[in-house]
Amino acid sequence: MKKIIIPALLAVAMGVSAQDAKQILETVDRNMSSRNRIFESDMIIHGRRSSRTISSRTYSVGDKQSFTEYLSPPREEGTKMLKLENQLWIYSPSTDRIIQISGHLLRQSVMGSDLSYEDMMDDRKLTDIYDATLEGHEEIDGRDTYVLNLTAIVDDVAYYSQKIWVDSERFVPLKQEMYAKSGQLLKRTTLSDVQKIQGRWFPMTMVYKDMLKDGSGTEFRVKSAKFDQDIPDYIFTKAALKQ
Amino acid sequence: MIRFLLKGILRDKSRSLLPAIVVALGVFLTVFMSGFFKGIMTDMIDMNAKFTTGHVKIVTRAYAENEDQAPIDLSLLGVSEMKKQLQQEYPDMVWVERILTGGLLDVPDENGETRVQGPAMATAVDLLSPDSKEAERMGIQNSIVKGRMPQKEGEALISDEFAEKFNVSPGDEVTLFGSTMNGSMMFKTFIVSGTIRFGVTAIDRGAIFMDLKDAQMALDMDDAATEILGYFKDKPYDDLAARKLEDSFNARYSVESDEFSPVMIRLAETAGMSDYLVIAENMVSIMIFVFVIAMSIVLWNTGLLGGLRRYSEYGVRLALGEEKKHIYKTTIYEAILIGIIGSIVGTALGLALNYRLQSHGWDFSAITGNIGMMMPSVFRAQVTPAMYVVGFIPGVVAMVLGNALAGFAIYKRKTAQLFKELEV
Repeated sequence: MKKIIIPALLAVAMGVSAQDAKQILETVDRNMSSRNRIFESDMIIHGRRSSRTISSRTYSVGDKQSFTEYLSPPREEGTKMLKLENQLWIYSPSTDRIIQISGHLLRQSVMGSDLSYEDMMDDRKLTDIYDATLEGHEEIDGRDTYVLNLTAIVDDVAYYSQKIWVDSERFVPLKQEMYAKSGQLLKRTTLSDVQKIQGRWFPMTMVYKDMLKDGSGTEFRVKSAKFDQDIPDYIFTKAALKQ
Repeated sequence: MIRFLLKGILRDKSRSLLPAIVVALGVFLTVFMSGFFKGIMTDMIDMNAKFTTGHVKIVTRAYAENEDQAPIDLSLLGVSEMKKQLQQEYPDMVWVERILTGGLLDVPDENGETRVQGPAMATAVDLLSPDSKEAERMGIQNSIVKGRMPQKEGEALISDEFAEKFNVSPGDEVTLFGSTMNGSMMFKTFIVSGTIRFGVTAIDRGAIFMDLKDAQMALDMDDAATEILGYFKDKPYDDLAARKLEDSFNARYSVESDEFSPVMIRLAETAGMSDYLVIAENMVSIMIFVFVIAMSIVLWNTGLLGGLRRYSEYGVRLALGEEKKHIYKTTIYEAILIGIIGSIVGTALGLALNYRLQSHGWDFSAITGNIGMMMPSVFRAQVTPAMYVVGFIPGVVAMVLGNALAGFAIYKRKTAQLFKELEV
């Protein structure tokens, strides 16, 4: 009898766990994703010799369209990036050129930061690209978190698996570890300064650390975030890059 | 007696022809292989010295640790002052700064948008200063396929392979996209002044050569360079002198706790180069050793066969009262003469082929096409004075050794059986 009951209970428990994990991830997606959004942010890149801050304004629609304009320092001012589906273009005002970024270059660092172009391009909902299992609970900075293991369900994903710590009350990730298929830890992100904006919880500070690089990581501070705005369509055209 | 033996060798060709051919062939291979491999190794070392390692190279300690990634953010700063100091302290050297960085070479269409693009290794050297010898040192002028050398800022040379593949001609614009020393995006548009082919697959695959000042401006590297290379003024690479220089510089300037302090690395210390140097320096000895062993075995057998064929002759000579020792001695003298004749022929043939390959080379691009390491695709031999005499060592030694071993049969010859044999 025991032989039947224990596996049955385990199966039920695992089913519940998977169901819970999926629900947690869906709630996270509801906080982190939106129909569209406009961010103004500072990216603080800590190099081995010095640190520098780059300010930008980003317009995004879903996970398919994104337009970023760099505002400062003067060296970067006027540089623009446009993402449409899986394509990325960069406009340089100094040369008046639009350069398409593709292939292995998408894995290169953006402006010496710990973020790659691929990281910046991939805005898909977690539930669209990962399957989740609930591992348990842990405490981060005094807050209870769900610990989820995510495994990719699509091929075109930058990280095969992730471990994610989700605030159990606000359903916002507080820490993420991204792994290669080999199991090697590639990146670690810590998210903090969670604020309620337009009815959703959102982390305003994110620190990305490329684990394959020396240095103390890249800090990404959201100065203002607006969700579900009216963004004109022309923003997401190549013509807008040169304007 | 030498004259007598020489007459015997020349008149009785069946006695000398086969050993002489074997010696000539062995000596030919020794001389040819020594020159050929010496040439390849020397070219490889020379090419690496000119393009990447210098005779000594100065980089930051952090750069040295990650050199394979060409980490431009870990470059040397204050290079003018450093060069001035180096020039004062080590006047026997020529010091030059270079910048190496990876990037994307993008070719625009008529709207300024990407038409084609490919990865490229950018090398910045002093091309425009009137007293710079960098173009000459790297053989840039001689490697131009189309167009001309850059004559002003904003002009660059690109690899002919890249130009052919992406249909770029002199006068066209290309944009180099990468990162500055501070990590900012770098866009720099150049006018292609010419296309270039060095015959080195690792460089020819995708490269852009620009003036140092252009690169320093584009990469935010004012008075900075990824490396300073040092070359001995009037001599080729000398490992002993380089080691002394390296020890002296590192003791004075390199601080282990400061990752941005400079460190000097001599050519032999660069990954893999020490092995090449040892092989190049000992190539002649290696070839002699191999061929002395191989030819001795062959000539031993030839001597044994000759001994059998001259079995009756030795018998008659013994019967006439000649001593075994004397017969053995004349056999050795014969071997020396045949060895010298074969060595002269083999050396002449080997040198002739090496001289031909030294001037014309042997195109191996079909084989080296996919090799990433820096090696020439046209292999050239190198003739050195030693090659005029080096063949005589295996030629004579192997012949004498072979005959000395085979000649022991003379001592086993029994005169008692002689008349019985002669009756037959």
